[in-house]
Amino acid sequence: MTARIGVVTFPGSLDDRDTQRAIRLAGAEPVALWHKDKDLKQVDAVVLCGGFSYGDYLRAGAIARFSPVMEPLLEQAKAGLPVLGICNGFQILTEAHLLPGTMLRNDHLHFICRDQKLRVENAETAWTTDYTAGQEIHIPLKNNDGQYVADAYTLDQLEAEGRVAFRYLDFNPNGSQRDIAGVTNAAGNVVGLMPHPEHAVEPLIGTGRTDGLPFFTSILKKLVNA
Amino acid sequence: MSRTPLDTVEHAAATPDVELPWAELGLKKDEYERVVEILGRRPTGAELAMYSVMWSEHCSYKSSKVHLRQFGEKAPENDAMLVGIGENAGVVDVGQGYAVTFKVESHNHPSYVEPYQGAATGVGGIVRDIIAMGARPVAVVDPLRFGAADHPDTKRVLPGVVAGIGGYGNCLGLPNIGGEVVFDACYQGNPLVNAGAIGVMRHEDIHLAKASGAGNKVILYGARTGGDGIGGASILASETFDDAKPSKRPAVQVGDPFQEKLLIECTLEAFQEKLVVGIQDLGAAGLSCATSELASNGSGGMRVTLDDVPLRDSTLSPEEILMSESQERMCAVVEPEKVDRFLEICEKWDVIATVIGEVTDGDRLEIYWHGGKIVDVDPRTVAHEGPVYERPYARPDWQDALQADDANKLPRPETSEELRDQVLKLVSSPNQASKSWITSQYDHFVQGNTVLAQPEDSGMIRIDEETGLGVAIATDGNGRYAKLDPYHGAQLALAEAYRNVATTGAKPLAVSDCLNFGSPEDPAVMWQFAEAVRGLADGCQQLGTPVTGGNVSLYNQTGEAAIHPTPVVAVLGVIDDVARRTPVAFQEEGQLLYLLGDTREEFGGSAWSQVIHDHLGGLPPKVDLERERLLAEILIAGSRDGMIDSAHDLSDGGLIQAVVESALLGGKGARLIVPDGLDAFTFLFSESAGRAVVAVPRSEELRFTDMCGARGLPATRIGVVDGDTVDVQGEFTLTLSELREAHEGTIPALLA
Repeated sequence: MTARIGVVTFPGSLDDRDTQRAIRLAGAEPVALWHKDKDLKQVDAVVLCGGFSYGDYLRAGAIARFSPVMEPLLEQAKAGLPVLGICNGFQILTEAHLLPGTMLRNDHLHFICRDQKLRVENAETAWTTDYTAGQEIHIPLKNNDGQYVADAYTLDQLEAEGRVAFRYLDFNPNGSQRDIAGVTNAAGNVVGLMPHPEHAVEPLIGTGRTDGLPFFTSILKKLVNA
Repeated sequence: MSRTPLDTVEHAAATPDVELPWAELGLKKDEYERVVEILGRRPTGAELAMYSVMWSEHCSYKSSKVHLRQFGEKAPENDAMLVGIGENAGVVDVGQGYAVTFKVESHNHPSYVEPYQGAATGVGGIVRDIIAMGARPVAVVDPLRFGAADHPDTKRVLPGVVAGIGGYGNCLGLPNIGGEVVFDACYQGNPLVNAGAIGVMRHEDIHLAKASGAGNKVILYGARTGGDGIGGASILASETFDDAKPSKRPAVQVGDPFQEKLLIECTLEAFQEKLVVGIQDLGAAGLSCATSELASNGSGGMRVTLDDVPLRDSTLSPEEILMSESQERMCAVVEPEKVDRFLEICEKWDVIATVIGEVTDGDRLEIYWHGGKIVDVDPRTVAHEGPVYERPYARPDWQDALQADDANKLPRPETSEELRDQVLKLVSSPNQASKSWITSQYDHFVQGNTVLAQPEDSGMIRIDEETGLGVAIATDGNGRYAKLDPYHGAQLALAEAYRNVATTGAKPLAVSDCLNFGSPEDPAVMWQFAEAVRGLADGCQQLGTPVTGGNVSLYNQTGEAAIHPTPVVAVLGVIDDVARRTPVAFQEEGQLLYLLGDTREEFGGSAWSQVIHDHLGGLPPKVDLERERLLAEILIAGSRDGMIDSAHDLSDGGLIQAVVESALLGGKGARLIVPDGLDAFTFLFSESAGRAVVAVPRSEELRFTDMCGARGLPATRIGVVDGDTVDVQGEFTLTLSELREAHEGTIPALLA
């Protein structure tokens, strides 16, 4: 058996097809979800992919957060449904308060696209068990609003609870506090990060590394073994 | 252009003496008289608006047409051409049932006036051209030229242009995989912002801009029409800048990439369900262009009710609606029974769609406003039968003196230390320095099919995940070469783009061009243009790569000073399996470096002459297209058969520039030996065309040199990939970190 993983397309989503491909390459079955869907078609997990939902108008993720599909998603995520937010998806998850903190415009005020070095800080979330804690990986990063910020209390709490899932290494590309590239909720089922693991799943394509594939194999194993 | 009384066709016929503002709209007196002659009466205000934008230089190619014909007349036999010049973009067969459409266009003038929006809408326009052919856009490229890197205005224009390209293209989800950034004082006040795009479709999905079938509905969809960009084509793009005139900012359009993204998805979904008979994007000249082109390319006429056009500003006059260049709009022709489904898809994507007219069985384009007929024309006279000028041209009197000012006679470095110093100066000069500060503002990865992106020799995209079929594109141009000799300069641009495609392992198939020149009213500029077109057409014929379409941008001139003639050439190639692609970066220590081709003392127009002597004179490198073809065949065979692990074309900056780039990208150095018969200076800095440096695994050396020998391509062993320095034996050593600092530090220091 395999797992069915939903990928939501909002108006302005860009990496939906790429994410579906990554899911397929990992051996799971991608399921296209539309932002106006009122149910999640019984998927076993959901990825909110990158892009500029609603043109990033108002604030990145701020409008998408109110799409119909978000209602069942919020409810089920709180009940344990694995959810991964990549880039714009991460922004949507913070706007929906499934993850703490928020993203500001990059401190240098430019869009930035690069092959980014990260450290996996938490290899126990639903999406990271195929990594080892402390593992260093390269994942493409591309964003305009990637500066992760939260108040000091929240940041301390995240650190204390091991909920900083990924940290930028060597170079902080957007001014994120404490070099935070991604975080998880307390239960470990909801994870968000700014870099794009779905762009690092095939040799030759993109940066030619496959460091992002374990996101998708991690969740597959978890779901199949569940 | 008063709105009362309504200037209908009837009213125009009855009031022959009314003076119309044809001069303000950019028409010349004899052109206006021709309009009157065609119509047999004075035009209405709306008709005048249409003729003035459609007969502008930008839309009608009136000065360039007589020369551009050569692209058709000299087109080589090529089975790959599916759709040629004249449509929104050319279409090429790349095998396995796939067709690829690509095109390069200019958005030069708007990008100087308003860099962010000018560049952004340039991307938007070229992408709509690609969708209008029925293709899904898969990548964009941006050849850019700016004034001197240290000029204060460059710091205004460049960051705005780059942010605009990124802001728009990134938001569309199109990987930016190639292009160029060139600085030269001649582009001060006239930056060149060229934008190219590639789209992919199945053969059966090709769509054309024509309105056929009486009764079919004309649907305008996308953004509402506003007052932006009115007269952009006629007023902005077809005149030189003049400080004395008021600001032209209102003639620049404003882009909304989110709207365009929706437009792409919704159009592709409509194509997929086979709902569209004909389609045209609204770019330059807006509705005037879309309606007249659709109608004149189809079998019937067209009737449009302008009152039905959704407006952003309800006070717009019909003339303004016809001329508006509001972005993110398209026009589709749909059979009546499919209209509902088409509108449904638009609604799904939150795209406004309105039936504004229908195809008729007549041959007139009729447009109504408030019940009155305000346009009644033969659409062909608007779209295709505009004025054609045989502009006078003459070789400028300074050309001989320029060519006599031989760069080969410039003082050369006398010591190894001086040579080393000049290498550092070269690789850190703005034109030769790394452009990653710019390209990192573009998304290279989206869509998950990018195999190669800048700074590779060509951008490469996989188009079939199963078979690995891919396409490559390279854009090149060298205004300095073209200034010295426009005929050969254009061929060198073609040769370089052709070579760049082959260097990555792809087979060059077809050409698109963006011809950027000064004012056609200057005979010297017109001569440059005529020569460049002739050179390009001859070159394409010889290489067997037809021109599939392109764009001409004239009037890139402020006052008397025209830009260097700058033909930018895009070559599209195909590769059967992207796994075979050859990157620029050195892959493995110990691999042998071979220089392919002949190196001569050729420094005219070279980067060395510019960086070290601030000199432009002499003749550009010799062109040998047969050699280019042979080199390409060797590079492609070497890549396919695994004989080459990295390759880099040699062009501006010469061999040392190429080796430094390969070394820095691969993080591996090189030991070089000056070959017999060459001095170190010529070896390092010459810009002879038809050359590449390749890294060959030792196990493949014999096979590779045998192949070159058998085919008659000179291959000279010049060194080995090794260590963390670039070492030229007996001359100097530069560490990679030294080189990296020099190569990567320049642009951020100037612009960040």
